Amino acid sequence: MDSTHPQEIRKQVRGYIVVFVALMALTIITVAVSYLHLNIGAAAAVALFVATIKASLVASYFMHLISEKKIIYATLILTAVFFAALMTLPSSHLLDPIER
Amino acid sequence: MGLTHDKTTSPVEVAARAPALHAVDHEMNFWRKYVFSTDHKVIGLWYGFTSLLFLLFGFTLMMLMRWQLAYPGQEFPWKWLNDFLGAERMPDGIMLPEFYNQLGAMHGTIMVFMGIVPLAVGAFGNYVIPLQIGTIDMAFPKINMASYWAYFTGGLTMLVSFFVPGGAANSGWTSYAPLSVIATMGQTMWLVGMVFLITSSLLGSINFIVTIIQLRAKGLTFMRLPFFVWAQFVTSFLLLLAFPPLEAAGVMQLMDRLAGTSFFLPSGLVVSGVPAQVSGGGSPLLWQHLFWFLAHPEVYVLILPAMGIVAEVIANNTRKPLWGYKSMVYSVIFLGFMSFIVWAHHMFLTGMGTAISAFFQTTTMIISIPSVIILSALFISLWGGSIRFTTPMLFALAFLPMFGIGGLTGLPLGLAPPDIHLHDTYYVIGHFHYVVAPGTIFALFAGIYYWYPKVTGRKLNDALGKLHFWTSFIFINGVFMPMFIQGLAGMSRRLYDGGAQYAHAQGVFHLNEFMSISAWCLGLAQIPFIINFFWSIKKGKKAPDNAWEATTLEWAATTSPPLAHGNFAVVPEVHRGPYEYSVPGHAKGYVPQNDHAEE
Amino acid sequence: MEIPYTVTARPDTGVFNAKLGIWLFLASEVMLFGALFSSYVLLRVGAETWPHGYDLLNVPLATLNTVILISSSVTMVMSWASLMMRNLAKYKRYMGATILLALAFLCVKFFEYGAKFEHHLYPSTNTFYAIYFTLTGLHGLHVVGGIVVNTYFWGPGSKMWRAEPERFTNRVEVAGLYWHFVDLVWIFLFPVLYLL
Repeated sequence: MDSTHPQEIRKQVRGYIVVFVALMALTIITVAVSYLHLNIGAAAAVALFVATIKASLVASYFMHLISEKKIIYATLILTAVFFAALMTLPSSHLLDPIER
Repeated sequence: MGLTHDKTTSPVEVAARAPALHAVDHEMNFWRKYVFSTDHKVIGLWYGFTSLLFLLFGFTLMMLMRWQLAYPGQEFPWKWLNDFLGAERMPDGIMLPEFYNQLGAMHGTIMVFMGIVPLAVGAFGNYVIPLQIGTIDMAFPKINMASYWAYFTGGLTMLVSFFVPGGAANSGWTSYAPLSVIATMGQTMWLVGMVFLITSSLLGSINFIVTIIQLRAKGLTFMRLPFFVWAQFVTSFLLLLAFPPLEAAGVMQLMDRLAGTSFFLPSGLVVSGVPAQVSGGGSPLLWQHLFWFLAHPEVYVLILPAMGIVAEVIANNTRKPLWGYKSMVYSVIFLGFMSFIVWAHHMFLTGMGTAISAFFQTTTMIISIPSVIILSALFISLWGGSIRFTTPMLFALAFLPMFGIGGLTGLPLGLAPPDIHLHDTYYVIGHFHYVVAPGTIFALFAGIYYWYPKVTGRKLNDALGKLHFWTSFIFINGVFMPMFIQGLAGMSRRLYDGGAQYAHAQGVFHLNEFMSISAWCLGLAQIPFIINFFWSIKKGKKAPDNAWEATTLEWAATTSPPLAHGNFAVVPEVHRGPYEYSVPGHAKGYVPQNDHAEE
Repeated sequence: MEIPYTVTARPDTGVFNAKLGIWLFLASEVMLFGALFSSYVLLRVGAETWPHGYDLLNVPLATLNTVILISSSVTMVMSWASLMMRNLAKYKRYMGATILLALAFLCVKFFEYGAKFEHHLYPSTNTFYAIYFTLTGLHGLHVVGGIVVNTYFWGPGSKMWRAEPERFTNRVEVAGLYWHFVDLVWIFLFPVLYLL
């Protein structure tokens, strides 16, 4: 367990509030953008970009990833690589079918 | 920590020193101590017994299948079995195609998910890893127990499925949609069973990884770990990250079957002349992608622990360190990583274009490199060794060429052009059985013969062991070698009549009888082993703590380590690598890892 | 002898056992939800036509749920911070709030699903609804799981605070990591299903 004492924790708590406000703002932004009815490519790019920022904030500050240990980072980086493969390769066959 | 557990200390004092520990084993009733135990050794043994029973059952299913393959349409000669199986399966003793398909699907499922993996990982992993890293238990003992009971529940679900209307799953162990979606109730039970089995795997893999990283004894750095532990470590990552997509796919197939969704059902599906009343819009290929995303790493789950066992047995019985330990470690890590991006070589014939096929073909060729490095290192380890032909060593030695054949025959399958000819033929069956049967299963036998003295304090009978080895070795090749010939001739797999009506099979159909007889003889060849296994518990030759004069930490533990009481009389501290055999200038022929002696 | 590093961190890795364990579990969950997201991509890319989420689904309700869930993430981390500051009463308030917010999330979901069913819109209706119900349903099950765990730690499990405060704090931290992950999944799920 991190041997952080009450002073450190109070500082972190201030950080949590800041992150919360940021998350609310980003939520409003992403919903507002959706009303613009952009084409699917642009809409997806913006939506995923905002979601990634929100997720990074939650992960970095609420889950304390910003100050985590190497072993955790290593596990997550490995997972990220396989996640990327899982997201991209299955649909790739749709983009490169055998000619009929 | 360094808390020496002095054998003369009373249980009361032990309990006082460790207030968080539950009431120590002496207080436990039969159920807590033996059935719902959280001790890794007890759990390992439960996994072992259960998986061996499932292996035997899965093998029996195949022996029945092989009657149909050798003598299609002929009445099975044992009336009591015909009566037991009844008219829905074998009317007048003649196997129905539907039943043959059940046998085929369940043989694969049971052997892979209920037999080999629980034995290689659940049994060997659980029992040996904490001992080999010098600790008292897995990191999460209660989760360990939960993982066994999840396995048991999944296995039971699979067995029960034989008795529901329509029988067990019959769409292959691969459960391809749309056939699996319209299949009988047994398929639903297969999916439910798989969810339990996957849960068991996930719980187990988390436990193994945390244990290996966090609970290594003092001085036991990663590069001093026995190769067996490295193999299990990588295997656990494969299980952790590859199984969830199949779990998701299983849920989606359950939704398709029970909730009327069309995840895997294409538009315009017609079943027996009747258009399916579903929304359509789904993709059968989606199932294949998600299934093989797991199932390819799964085959490395099948082989890696086996390589780990073989490495231990070879080092011990050549009385010299493994050649290329570092290369083997880097190779097994690289192999694990690559295994996640080769899966679509199972899908070359699904209409994928040349770019995607080329990608998967390339990664598949690359993955053969670490495999070859590991196999070569094991072969080279024999060079200059003082070989002891003990029974475990015989099995370990046989593993090498057998895995070699299995691996080499995989190459034409991994290349897209020859795969066009060989896909879904008996060549594939020959290939994967060589890797798993005379490959992994032989390695598992080696492991049983090797670690039996640690568990029971006695050695298995040597004469029976050698009889078991030689007969198994001969007959197993008799079953699987002809499959390459059949496959090259173009004989399809999954033909319920063994190819009797199939044009390409005519020239090679006659081999079926020879293969079936070999299979039945292989079954008989296991009898000496089963007898030996039980007889030696009480009557086997007594073995000392370090029965094979080995160097790794499990041999420093007391024999048949006391249940739930800690494994070591003194917590070990490691001072050297895992295979310090025949060290020049040393009086003893081997130096255990935890020996204090100066190097 | 006890299993080491259940409470204190192992010096060379810097983590205690359950912290590594939960991150590994979360890694597997990334692959689980990843498979569903991947299926969504494959089905959508391969479809002739695909509806816009904002036409079929209730965006305001889902936005509300997003706010609820993010808030519950804040109260969850605050409950852990309260334990770090040795304040059990504050911990109980924040953990209680987390549970209530989670229940509110489920209520909104219940209402949302109910409205769909009333209009005869089911998973079997088309692949959009199939993946919508499956993704949100699986996420919802994870919310239920989180509620069960958190309620245990709010109630009977909190007895551990008296005898082993550090071990209890670790457990709450681990539960928190799981809960934040549930929030993370929703952060992606919401725009993908509702806004595209």
